[in-house]
Amino acid sequence: MRPSNRAASAAGTAVLCLAGLAACSSSDDSTQAGSDTYTWWDPYPQHDDSSDWAQRVSACGDEAGVTIERTAYDTTALTNQALLAAQEGTSPDIILLDNPAVSTLADAGMLTTMEEFGLDTSRFDENLLNAGVVAGDAYGIPIGANTLSLYYNQQILDAAGVDPASITDWQSLTAALEQVVANGDEGITFAGIGTEEGSFQFLPWFWGAGADLRELDSPEAVAALELWKGWLDAGYAPNTVINNSQNTTWEEFLTGRFAFAENGTWQVNAAVEAEFPTGVIQIPGQDGGVAQTPTGGEFITAPVQEDDARYDVTSQIVECMTTPEGLVETANTFAYYIPSTQAAQEELLTQNAALEPWVEAVRNAKGRTSDDLGIDYPKISEALWTAVQKALSGSMSPQEALAEAQTNAEAETE
Amino acid sequence: MRSTSPKTSGDGASDGRVATTPPGQPDRPANAPPDAPAAPARRSRLREPRWAAFAFIAPLLAYLTIFYAYPLYRNIELSLHDYTPRAFVMGNPEFLGLANYVDVVTSDAFGLALRNTALFTFVSIAAQYTIGLALAVFFHDNFRLSGLLRGMFLIPWLLPLIVSASTWSWMLNSENGIVNSVLESFGIGQINWLTSPDWALTSVIIANIWLGIPFNLVILYAGLQNISKDLYEAAALDGATVWQRFWRITFPLLRPVSAVTLLLGLIYTLKVVDVIWIMTTGGPGNSSTTLAIWSYREAFGTGQPEFSPAATVGNLLIVIALVFGSVHLYLQRRQERT
Repeated sequence: MRPSNRAASAAGTAVLCLAGLAACSSSDDSTQAGSDTYTWWDPYPQHDDSSDWAQRVSACGDEAGVTIERTAYDTTALTNQALLAAQEGTSPDIILLDNPAVSTLADAGMLTTMEEFGLDTSRFDENLLNAGVVAGDAYGIPIGANTLSLYYNQQILDAAGVDPASITDWQSLTAALEQVVANGDEGITFAGIGTEEGSFQFLPWFWGAGADLRELDSPEAVAALELWKGWLDAGYAPNTVINNSQNTTWEEFLTGRFAFAENGTWQVNAAVEAEFPTGVIQIPGQDGGVAQTPTGGEFITAPVQEDDARYDVTSQIVECMTTPEGLVETANTFAYYIPSTQAAQEELLTQNAALEPWVEAVRNAKGRTSDDLGIDYPKISEALWTAVQKALSGSMSPQEALAEAQTNAEAETE
Repeated sequence: MRSTSPKTSGDGASDGRVATTPPGQPDRPANAPPDAPAAPARRSRLREPRWAAFAFIAPLLAYLTIFYAYPLYRNIELSLHDYTPRAFVMGNPEFLGLANYVDVVTSDAFGLALRNTALFTFVSIAAQYTIGLALAVFFHDNFRLSGLLRGMFLIPWLLPLIVSASTWSWMLNSENGIVNSVLESFGIGQINWLTSPDWALTSVIIANIWLGIPFNLVILYAGLQNISKDLYEAAALDGATVWQRFWRITFPLLRPVSAVTLLLGLIYTLKVVDVIWIMTTGGPGNSSTTLAIWSYREAFGTGQPEFSPAATVGNLLIVIALVFGSVHLYLQRRQERT
């Protein structure tokens, strides 16, 4: 019938028009905007256009003779946005990515290697750089790193007669907790939440026992989980840790009732401003020494562009952001990122000697995706945090929970 | 055959000329013989308006295609392929057929997630409806301050979910929560509301019930306004008790409104992610993981987005919602027929 045929084609045309409009508007945001406009995405929405951080980014653009258009996303949204943009062929020139996401996006084939890009990575600390290395190629440069240590409440330790310097292994730490709790205070708080944060906080103990992420059910891994579970059962750690995020943990510590809190470099200023004197010790390994802690922090990465003439300017911008002075400024802007090169770390320490324990912690730290875990890490991590949750909440023993985790991780990563 | 009398010329409303036709004037060309049959002329004029009508619904069709049909198609496509991040960018996912569905349904987590979804949905809706109805009946007898009190019951609806869910999780905190401190003053020991596998689901259900009461209250209250007062008066004259008036008048006459409330409630509740995610992230372990939480976690909850399993679980949820939607439509039809 003719009328409905025509109607159908009219409707079809309308759909095409609308689709066309959508296509037009989305390509407006893309890198094709102009050869002297470079796009920059980062996960710092807290720093608006008038912030020091935004000013520095645009200053580096000016130096390279181009305009930088910066867009800030939430950390998790950024990974998805980057994938979508790569699918549409509209990737930005530079993305600052949370380090575990680097291998995911590198594996997706959307990042250039630093070598292709003509950047010398040798001045960066190898342990930090490794988080962005996939199959021997570096796909990004750490703009700084943070990691975990144990904050302590000086007042509580003094009252219980505990010397923080005496804490050198798990046994002495547990003994200290016992003393503190016997004195009427709370022991330690950490974050065991069922997200990446939970794994991040558990890893220092996991690695501190000598366990390996490829073998979640090893006796070392079980020992680490039993340590946490033992603290919960003995009342050295509150039951709330099962659901705590790192922020909640910090709020608990700031109440002044806890002797210890496991937390990161980003709380250095908050610790100074706390209503009680605080200090920091390294997280001890099971039998002494310092446990390896996981690194946090962003990498500068350069997504693949159709027009590879753009890489020249992009690498100038990256160079500008990662000079020793640049890294120190970044460190201060984010209160605190520990710089990723030796030179910048020394420069930072001359400005602020109190950061010494953190520089040491970062030098000892290890990327979560290191050891060639790459894109397997997120799967292993999910199995790990689930096991931690199950063991701490008492629905399984540490042994059973980790055995199940290993089975799941193997099934997911095969 | 259609009548050509001026009175029914409104049939041709789509030609847009009705309003300008003076009453009493036959709606046909002036030069047409007065005794000519009107039908053929009418049909030829109908053709153009029909096509204009289609042009008018084109935006709607476009809207439905872009915002409903395409996303749905895409969701199904995602679930039938293996979209790793790499395949997502390259656009070359491996076709898996129903393998994702088989994986999901045979996974250890599926039974628990299905049970949690069923419990979460049905307990929430039953409690929301019952409490909402009780409050609606209570406020129906206008008394002093009833408007103000009714307004206050709407607060859960007005608060952003992140605020109410965070507040609930503070209140239910094991060590410092107000709920436990009240219980402790009555000599009941600490309950690990959010961190015990036995309580986590109950806690999120309680919070969700609280959130859903205003919706039920508002809709059922509006339904009550439509019940004629005469019925109650007549019943009162016949000596019906309050209880009888509720079961014989209010409840049966509210049935259509109740059906809509329950169906909407079901669909809202099936897809709840935010409350649970904020309060327990589906934990501890998987003990408060529903299908919606599972889908969200696969796509956005881990470091590596897994769009295919997420879409698979999402599609199963859509099927469940569709089943209940069809049951609702079927019951409604049957009711209309009788």
